[in-house]
Amino acid sequence: MGILADKNTRVVVQGITGNEGLFHSQRMLEYGTQVVGGVRPGKGGEWVLDGKVPVFDSVKVAVDATGADCSMIIVPLAAAADAMLEAADAGVRLIVCLTEGIPLQDMMRVRAYLDSKGVLLIGPNCPGLLTPGQTKIGFIPGDNAIPGNIGVVSRSGTLTYEVLYALKQVGMGSSTTVGIGGDPVKGLNFIDILQMFEEDPLTDKVVMIGEIGGSDEEKAAEYISKHMTKPVVGFIAGRAAPPGKRMGHAGAIVEGSAGGAEDKIAALTKAGVRVADYPEQIPDMLK
Amino acid sequence: MKLHEFDSKKIFAQYGVPVPKGKIAKTPKEAGEIAKKLGGAVVVKAQVLVGGRGKAGGVKVVKTAKQAQDAAKQILGMDIKGLPVRKVLIDPAIGIASEIYLGITNDRAARQPVMIASAAGGVDIEEVAATNPEKIIRVHVNPLLGLQDYNIRDLAVGIELDRNHWAAFHTICKGLWEAYKNSDATLAEINPLVITKDNELLAIDGKMLIDDNAIFRQPKLAKLRDMDEETPAETQARKSGLTYIQLDGEIGCMVNGAGLAMATMDIIKLFGGEPANFLDIGGGANAEKVAAALRIILQDKNVKAVLFNIFGGITRGDEVAKGILAALKTIKTDVPMVVRLAGTNAAEGRALLADANMITAETLAEAAQKAVQAAKGK
Repeated sequence: MGILADKNTRVVVQGITGNEGLFHSQRMLEYGTQVVGGVRPGKGGEWVLDGKVPVFDSVKVAVDATGADCSMIIVPLAAAADAMLEAADAGVRLIVCLTEGIPLQDMMRVRAYLDSKGVLLIGPNCPGLLTPGQTKIGFIPGDNAIPGNIGVVSRSGTLTYEVLYALKQVGMGSSTTVGIGGDPVKGLNFIDILQMFEEDPLTDKVVMIGEIGGSDEEKAAEYISKHMTKPVVGFIAGRAAPPGKRMGHAGAIVEGSAGGAEDKIAALTKAGVRVADYPEQIPDMLK
Repeated sequence: MKLHEFDSKKIFAQYGVPVPKGKIAKTPKEAGEIAKKLGGAVVVKAQVLVGGRGKAGGVKVVKTAKQAQDAAKQILGMDIKGLPVRKVLIDPAIGIASEIYLGITNDRAARQPVMIASAAGGVDIEEVAATNPEKIIRVHVNPLLGLQDYNIRDLAVGIELDRNHWAAFHTICKGLWEAYKNSDATLAEINPLVITKDNELLAIDGKMLIDDNAIFRQPKLAKLRDMDEETPAETQARKSGLTYIQLDGEIGCMVNGAGLAMATMDIIKLFGGEPANFLDIGGGANAEKVAAALRIILQDKNVKAVLFNIFGGITRGDEVAKGILAALKTIKTDVPMVVRLAGTNAAEGRALLADANMITAETLAEAAQKAVQAAKGK
C-alpha cells in the first residue's frame, strides 16, 4: 500500500458539484479511487456522476453515512479554510486540499487546529497524491505514472507530472507520489513525507522536487543526511529566477540568507542528494 | 502587495500606535507649505516601495520650510533602485534618544506569526541580526489565541526596555498586532520605534506587506496599490489572474504552475537562451486567460520565440489550445511558437492545434532546444 492512501481509502469530495469538482471526481472514479460521497451544503440528497455518488449537506453527515476516512477539498477559496476545519471536526484521518490562494493567516490558524486534532493535511494549493495502480486523490494525471518503487515528493504540481512522465518513459514507477503544495504554510512537508518513504517497505528510492523560497529544502537536506538510508535524487526549480524585490527586514531576520536555488542545491548535495539540472535527467540518475 | 510608509503609518495610527503628524506632498510647493504649517525642523522622505532609500539620499532633515521645498524638489526627481519618486512625506523632525526595532511577520517554518523586537533598531537591523543575534528577541504568537499580554512583557524584558515605557510599549505592540491581523498583513514593521528626547515612544517609520491571497477581502487596502511597483504588462496580467514577471531575454514562456514555469526558464538558460518572462497561467486556466497571456507575451518586442509548456493536471490541454487559437485570431504575428502539451486532455489539445503552424515537441528538453533555435532564426 502507499504511504498515505491505497485502494481501500474512502474519499468524500468537498465541492463535488462544481465544474472542477465533477471533472476531477470523475477522473478519480475512473482511476479506481473509492469516491464514496460528495459534500455541497444545500444539495444533500442529490446524486452526481451518473448517479454513482451521493451528495451530502455536511462532511459530518457524509462521513457517518459512508465511513469515509479521507476528504478531498476542491471548493472556492473563500470557503476553503472553513472546509478544512469542517473535515477535521467530522473525524477524517487525512485531508487533501487542492484549493489555491488561501490567505496565509487563515492557513496558520487551520494548521494549528488540525494539529490539535491529529489530522493529516496535504496541501493546500497542491495536486494531491497518487498511489499508482491503486488510488488518486487530487488531479495528478494518473495515466502518466505506473506502480513502482520510487517515492516522489514535490512542492510543485506540474513538475511532479514531468517527473512521473519521465519515469514512465523508461519503465520506472512510483510507490506513492505526494504533491505537498507550494504555499508557505501547509500540511505535510518534505521531512514528514521523507520519513514515511524511509519507513515504507515498498519504496527503495526517493525523488524530491523543491523550488526557491523558504527553507524547507535546507531542512530536508539536514534530515536526509541524518536519517535517510535510501538514495534521494533532487531537483530545485528557480535557478534562472531574478532575485525578488524585497521590503522590510523581518523576513531576512527570520529566514536569514536561505531561499536561493544555489543554496538549496548546495545543501542537498552536501547531504548526499544527487541534484538534476532538469527534470528529464532524473530517471538516469536513479539507475 | 507593498504599502507605502505613509499608508502603513496611517493604518498603525488607526490602531493606537503613535506616529508623527506628517503629510504627503506631490510637489515641492506643497512640501514647503506642509513644512511651514508643521513649523520647525522637518524630515522629507521619499515614498518608494524599496528598502535603503535613506542610504540612497531619499531622506533629508531640514530646518526651514524653504529648505523643505528645496529638498522635496531634489527628492521628487529621484529614481531609487529603478523606482521613480512621485511623493514625499513631510514629518516633523524628532529628537531621538534611542531606536527600537519592532515587527511582526510569519515564521513559515514555525507556522506561526512571530513578533520581533530589538533595542538595536534602525537601518542596520539586518546586520545586527547576522552579527549579534542575541540582540534580536523573537516571540511566537499562537495563531488561534493571538497576541497575549505576557508575549509583550517577554519582548519588553528581552530588549531591557525601561519600565517607564512598558505601558506605552504594550499599547504599541497590541496596535501593531491588530493592524497585522486585520489587514491580512505578512509584515507589519516599525523601524525605528524611537524613544524621543521627551521620553516618549513614537513610530517614525513603518512598512506593511499585505498578503496577495487576501486582497479579495481587503477592498480598502487594494485601492492603495502603487502601480509603479509593476510594469503595465504586469498590471494587465494581474487583472487577468496571471502571474507575470517581465525579464530581459528573448524567449517568451507560457507555463502552468510556478514550479514548472521556473524549471522552464532554467532549462531555456541551460540550452543557451534567455527567458523573456516568468508567466504562470495558474491551475485550471480557461481559454480566455490563455489568450490574455499570449497577448501580454507578444507585447514584449524583445520576444523572438514563444514556448508553451503545458502539463495538464487541473489545467486541460484542450482549453489551452482554444485560448492560443483565439488569441492568434486577433493578433497578427510571425513570432515562431513551440508547443509542448502533456497530461490532462493533451491529445485533444494537440488535435486542435494541428493546423495552426506551430513547432511541436514531446519533451521539455526538446521544447527548450527548439525554442532557443527558433529565437536564433534557425
